[in-house]
Amino acid sequence: MAEPMRIRATMAGDVADIKVLMNHPMETGQRKDAKTGQLVPAHFIQTVKAELNGKPVLDAQWSVAISRNPFLGFKVKGAKAGDKVTVSWTDNKGDKNSAEATVA
Amino acid sequence: MNLARRTFIKGAGAAGTVAVAVAAGLLKPTEVLAAEWNKAAFEAKGVPDALKAMGVASPADSKDILIKAPDIAENGAVVPVEVTSKIAGTESIALLVEKNATPLAADFNLMNGAEGYVSTRIKMGQTSNVRVVVKAGGKHYAAVKEVKVTIGGCGG
Repeated sequence: MAEPMRIRATMAGDVADIKVLMNHPMETGQRKDAKTGQLVPAHFIQTVKAELNGKPVLDAQWSVAISRNPFLGFKVKGAKAGDKVTVSWTDNKGDKNSAEATVA
Repeated sequence: MNLARRTFIKGAGAAGTVAVAVAAGLLKPTEVLAAEWNKAAFEAKGVPDALKAMGVASPADSKDILIKAPDIAENGAVVPVEVTSKIAGTESIALLVEKNATPLAADFNLMNGAEGYVSTRIKMGQTSNVRVVVKAGGKHYAAVKEVKVTIGGCGG
């Protein structure tokens, strides 16, 4: 899973508005493959962590009920332009990805 | 046929106790690591069981939790949900879709200045209440919003 993850972080007053778009199939494990008729095994992001300048701000646990190519939006008070946002995830197969962005 | 099944169950009894012990042994470490994926809560088949596995006991209804989601979602695979908690000291926001096979969709822990706000997109199998449980100051609060899902077998 080396597909890119996009992060956009913008200041609105003293609050950083952070939007993240991840690339992931988020397979529920309930869908059948149209060709083989076999169930497609579950493959989904289980944990998501976000840090601002290395300090954790969000720690999420997800199920298969999060839509494909997940979107995540959150807000951090007290952030400022130039701060570094890091978002990383781990899925149920142990795949990981992380990305970094600067608050604008 | 039934007799064979009975003897099988009896025979399996002894092995069963071992399996239970192993399961107990396996479950403990995951409980200790609180930040790890809460398997019991995510695999729970109903809202009460999911809340129990999350350690939530009878959350109080709160008007300070705002759920922004469409009244009618044409595509249950992508339902945008935005939650704002005005409760001071909001520590976590959990999203549950009551009628999904496993209701717990996500649990967000917020810290170090993160506001009581999350926005994401969820899957809904059918028309259901979306339940939000917020933890603040060691207490739990809840709010509900119904989202109607249009199931169009013919894509209508």
